[in-house]
Amino acid sequence: MPACRLYQELKRSLLVALWFIFLTFPLMVVKVDLVERVVHWRWKNMLFVGLAGFFFSFLGRWIMQRKNPGKALGKGTAWSLRFCPDPKIRKILIVLLLCLAVAFPQIFSSYQTTIMTTALMYVVLGLGLNIVVGMAGLLDLGYVAFYAVGAYSYALLNYHFHWGFWTVLPIGGLIAALFGVLLGFPVLRLRGDYLAIVTLGFGEIIRLILENWGEFSQGPSGISNISRPGFFGLELSLDAAILYIYYLMLAFVLVAIFIVGRLQHSRLGRAWIALREDEIACEAMGIDKTKTKLTAFALGAFWAGIIGVVFAAKTTFINPASFTFLESAIILSIVVLGGMGSIFGVILGAFILILLPEYLRALAQYRMLAFGILLVLLMVFRPQGLIAPGRRAYFITKKPDPET
Amino acid sequence: MNTTILKISGLSVSFGGILALDNLDLDIKQKEIAAVIGPNGAGKTTFFNCLTGLYAPSAGEILFYPGRDAEAVSLKGMKPHQITEKGVARTFQNIRLFPGMTTLENVMIGRHCRSRASILGALFRNAATRREEQEIIDTSYTILERVGLAGYVNELAGNLPYGAQRRLEMARALAAEPLLLLLDEPAAGMNPQETLNIMELIGEIAADGLTILLIEHDMKLVMSLCQRIFVIDYGRKIAQGSPGEIRSNPDVIKAYLGA
Ligand SMILES: Nc1ncnc2c1ncn2[C@@H]1O[C@H](COP(=O)(O)OP(=O)(O)O)[C@@H](O)[C@H]1O
Ligand SMILES: [Mg+2]
Repeated sequence: MPACRLYQELKRSLLVALWFIFLTFPLMVVKVDLVERVVHWRWKNMLFVGLAGFFFSFLGRWIMQRKNPGKALGKGTAWSLRFCPDPKIRKILIVLLLCLAVAFPQIFSSYQTTIMTTALMYVVLGLGLNIVVGMAGLLDLGYVAFYAVGAYSYALLNYHFHWGFWTVLPIGGLIAALFGVLLGFPVLRLRGDYLAIVTLGFGEIIRLILENWGEFSQGPSGISNISRPGFFGLELSLDAAILYIYYLMLAFVLVAIFIVGRLQHSRLGRAWIALREDEIACEAMGIDKTKTKLTAFALGAFWAGIIGVVFAAKTTFINPASFTFLESAIILSIVVLGGMGSIFGVILGAFILILLPEYLRALAQYRMLAFGILLVLLMVFRPQGLIAPGRRAYFITKKPDPET
Repeated sequence: MNTTILKISGLSVSFGGILALDNLDLDIKQKEIAAVIGPNGAGKTTFFNCLTGLYAPSAGEILFYPGRDAEAVSLKGMKPHQITEKGVARTFQNIRLFPGMTTLENVMIGRHCRSRASILGALFRNAATRREEQEIIDTSYTILERVGLAGYVNELAGNLPYGAQRRLEMARALAAEPLLLLLDEPAAGMNPQETLNIMELIGEIAADGLTILLIEHDMKLVMSLCQRIFVIDYGRKIAQGSPGEIRSNPDVIKAYLGA
């Protein structure tokens, strides 16, 4: 790179390093010894943080430069075309991944399987929220409310009427979708930050109702002894149930991918994306804004409801503490981190956000710190998400054009 | 027999007490190219926004005749997408494309109100849906060819050069199969050559039997293209007539020279 460019990059990296030193100062440098009642100043740590920050920042910039000189951010072709242009190889890779997914519980312990099941649940949640946020561009910070609605639908119907998992599964999804429409109506005119605030409030309202309306939801103590999913009327042992739910989730993930994939390039999916890109142009081009927004809310909520039911059945105990704003934030992070609007990105995002904290346990008390730093770095270097959503390329067969 | 396609009477809009449109009467004839001209801030764009349902007029009536013998439809109070479906499509003065979608997809959005596929159709991709989807692609591509953008099919709309973006807006509007096409300053920001090309294109489109109402800031430009011109100033119509009549109208000269 040219000298002035190099100088600029060095300067930026230096700033990044200083910023990191500032951020980690209380943790890395100051150490209060409560027994001796003295403060240790570990200046050496500061040096390390600074050097590491500088080095990695510069390295990152250099790699980015090499990858696409001229432009900072590449945009355009779909990821699948960029990463493995050969559709045959892609197919083989997908089949391999599927085999791995199917064999996973056989290879790993039931502890690992449970974690993986959770990750799969977040994949579906992410795909659901991706419809609302990624495709339709409606920033929803209260998504967890629909998850709670699904979970409580199953818990309550099971508790009062002993309805089984498979009966409630569609019902839970539909009730959640109904709530999606209920939320959708009042916020039809809102956009961006206003919408975010209202949805945030909606999520909190649902949680507060569940917490405080004791006669209805049994309040903070929650509902326990929820039935596990039945297997043709058989009672399953704990290990078998773990396996069963894992495969169920795998199936749900595949169905969700299929559905979202089909919607993405359909008439409805295009309308969602147009709505995200420019609301006024969208309605002026003949798209019914109301209908399009409501279907996005309803379909997104539907998936949250379904996963809510699965969650209640998996843990057999739920209380309002599982449905806090943090949960919405995690699901939103999955969508943003993975790349808004990209199915593969959302899957990757869910795995990173759910599995990484588990496998970072080796770092003991620095676990969440390391996790946070990783997220910050990811967003600094790939603000468009891990996988930038590409648009589908159409190949016109009718009249081949010499220029395309 | 009816030769009117759009009849506007007493149209008024106010923003916080300020009249942006003041008792406007206008009628557009079938298959003509008409223009609304006037100085900046005269209310031309506001007029289009009322026609397309983006603004709600405070008084007046907008009647649309979707054919020579068709019943009048009142566009007042209709939602924007319903108006588009009736056959009125528009472009925007400050380009409003869908920048993250490809050129072809932008035009495909225009086909939305002329296609029917539902969620179920999208999921099961039955024969009818596939056929419709193919029809959308083919028609959209034909329109792109028509406006000279066939080379940009899979390019993101946001990456197109400025002139191409203006053309794409027209293509997108055409895809909705309008009877009446509203163009808001289609040549704004273009160089003389591009302006000439776009005017030529508008002439060709009109020859297909569309009615065109266009806004132009520059008076000279519309003189050659339009049969009739309406001049608006401060929300009021100050003159109407053929280009020749407009050119020699003292009120118009006054409005433009700001005397
Ligand atoms: N949404 C709005 N809110 C308030 N004032 C508006 C709005 N839209 C237009 N106006 C005002 O109406 C007048 C006419 O604007 P416009 O129709 O854009 O003029 P032009 O003839 O240049 O297209 C201007 O004074 C403008 O400030
Ligand atoms: Mg204007």
